[in-house]
Amino acid sequence: MAEMMYREALNQALAEEMARDTNVLLMGEEVGLYDGAFKVSQGLLARFGSARVVDTPISELGFCGIGVGAAMVGLRPVVELMTWNFALLAIDQILNNAAKLRHMSGGQLRCPIVFRGPAGAGGRLSSQHSQEFDVVYSHFPGIKVVAPATPSDAKGLLKSAIRDDNPVVMFEGERLYAIKGEVPDGELLVPIGKAEVKREGRDVSIITWSRMYYFCEQAAAELEKEGIRAEILDLRSLRPLDEEAILNTVKKTNRAVVVEEGWPHGGFGAQVVDTIQAKAFDHLDAPVRRVTGLDVNMSYAANLENAIQPDAPRIIEAVKNVMYREEA
Amino acid sequence: MSTPIQMPALSPTMKEGKITKWLKKEGDKISSGDAVAEVETDKSNLEVEAYEDGYLLKIVVGENESVPVGAPIGYLGEKGEKVEAPVPPPKAAPAPAAQAAPPPKPVVAAAKPPPPAAPMPRLQVGPAQVVPIRREEETQSEEGRLRASPLAKRMAEERGLDLNAMQGSGPQGRIIKRDIEAALTQGATAPRLGPSLAVPAAVERREPQVVPLSSIRRVIAQRLSEVKPGVPHFYLTVDIEMDAAMQIREEAKALDAKISVNDIVVKAAAIALRRMPKMNVSLQGERLLQYANVDIGIAVAIEEGLITPIIRDADQKGLSAIAAEARDLAERARRKALKPQEYNGGSLTISNLGMFGVDSFVAVINPPQASIVAIGQVADKAVVRGSQVVVRKMMSATLSGDHRVIDGALGAEYLRELKGLLEHPMRLLF
Repeated sequence: MAEMMYREALNQALAEEMARDTNVLLMGEEVGLYDGAFKVSQGLLARFGSARVVDTPISELGFCGIGVGAAMVGLRPVVELMTWNFALLAIDQILNNAAKLRHMSGGQLRCPIVFRGPAGAGGRLSSQHSQEFDVVYSHFPGIKVVAPATPSDAKGLLKSAIRDDNPVVMFEGERLYAIKGEVPDGELLVPIGKAEVKREGRDVSIITWSRMYYFCEQAAAELEKEGIRAEILDLRSLRPLDEEAILNTVKKTNRAVVVEEGWPHGGFGAQVVDTIQAKAFDHLDAPVRRVTGLDVNMSYAANLENAIQPDAPRIIEAVKNVMYREEA
Repeated sequence: MSTPIQMPALSPTMKEGKITKWLKKEGDKISSGDAVAEVETDKSNLEVEAYEDGYLLKIVVGENESVPVGAPIGYLGEKGEKVEAPVPPPKAAPAPAAQAAPPPKPVVAAAKPPPPAAPMPRLQVGPAQVVPIRREEETQSEEGRLRASPLAKRMAEERGLDLNAMQGSGPQGRIIKRDIEAALTQGATAPRLGPSLAVPAAVERREPQVVPLSSIRRVIAQRLSEVKPGVPHFYLTVDIEMDAAMQIREEAKALDAKISVNDIVVKAAAIALRRMPKMNVSLQGERLLQYANVDIGIAVAIEEGLITPIIRDADQKGLSAIAAEARDLAERARRKALKPQEYNGGSLTISNLGMFGVDSFVAVINPPQASIVAIGQVADKAVVRGSQVVVRKMMSATLSGDHRVIDGALGAEYLRELKGLLEHPMRLLF
């Protein structure tokens, strides 16, 4: 067990998989000579050479398409997007090609490719560079979506994603890269599609993923002082969704709060709530509540940026509401 | 400024309430929390508490009068203050649904700002337990829809609880898990008896019949009350041979049924009462009530004293049903979790101190019941049978009767019946 940063855990995953399988390559803007915009690819060019660590032009549609083509012919590319905001330029390659090649070819083609990079608010980057896309990519069949919160899950999920024969979208976070956590030694594969109970509790289930997990832990620690034991379920994967884990925790606590960084309207949390109401209706003792970012474009101003994002007090408020401690 | 005391909604189905008794007089000083009146609801008699300090200025609904929920029954205010033209309370008339909802306007000058919303009326259940009651419009939305969480509904279904009899503590009176749990631990709603324990469907609960007191009875009651004020007791004791009854216990064990001596006594006392309806009475004021059903009280010692939960229709129930019900009632009595209707009524109580090694004793009647039977221990005694001294399991039973309505000869006949049933328990079957 070693403590390392989220970016270091990703770097380990890439290095281990590139060493394990020569078909694995990394491509993207500044992944080579610059060692990565967020230093995720540090040292990989030196170790694996420019044929497998490829610096690309600033042309997302182009290099994502090259990645899809490389995957079609047997390589296992990892395409780094400097941020997911830039992937809007490449969304046709990701959702119309990568996600549909197997279907369009009647099963003749595989597309083992990973698209990864940071999403969400990075800190005073304003609206065009501070967005969650989890619900956008999760919406489409034919693609898997993961959003790890911890260094350990980041490493284990990236390794599983690289070995998966289907396209996988991985959401990281600018504010997650420097977060430290214990990472088990040796081979670490976190299965895609498996959520994890990160904190045991029996009074209420807080269901979340990615960076919001840390606010949920803060909230749970505060709530514990008031005698409310919250269980935190980290989904880790958004597609396939671990419905069994969601239903298990809700059946245990009878109450749920779903916390996401993104917007409320049609957010991914609504999908979680739908799962709960449809399959655990008779276990609910209170309506399920969502905590989301506010329904506005992200502000540049730091105070407004903070106000727009969910935080521990808002999670606590929602928990108390479903616990009937406070009226909404 | 005077404040009306309103007729509270003491149960979800209550539409109107009848004042059975004022506990305070006009001019009395009232502290918040004082019980001011007793109200007869559709379910039980409960007390109305004041929720403010002050003086009871005026009583506008007299005893034995009914008003709809929300109507003023009296007014609180400063000492000597005048209540300006209190609105005459709507009389008992069939209250249209809408009438129950809006609280009456304050009676004082209309120009003044409306008083702050009155705190929720509180209801005193039993000796100590105070349960906040929501106003009807909060508990039930339009059309009286019951609010309960899906989980609460499922739990109630699984455990056989009646949601309609419960108060929800969630928003808008929603019944939620904690209410079900509270009901289960406090026994606020008795679990439905399983099929084997259920009261036979044939048992019909009938209102007791009011029998006019004969003039001789009236005189007896009056004279005896002069000599022995309160409930004039008389006592009769018999010794009962329990060998055959104890045999039943042994046989029950073989069937994995746990039957106590007391359960057998309760059953026998009930059958005896069924056969002697003159014993199944209660004197309440000037009225003699003749009960149609046989309800037997069982005295249960609890930490603070004594309570007598009732086994309804005990004459119709089998021994295992009586045993199960007695255990449940006693257990909840010790947790102070009985509902008032579980210890109100009945005409006869069985009080048993045998487990303490007491041979015989006399018990005090639990009004408005008319009799109580004190049961001693079952012990081996030397008795004479056919000029032989033999050992038998003997038990004493002492009847205390309310002499105003039961005479010695009637009591003696009852005891003879009880003795016969216990000594020849086969007769319980007939």
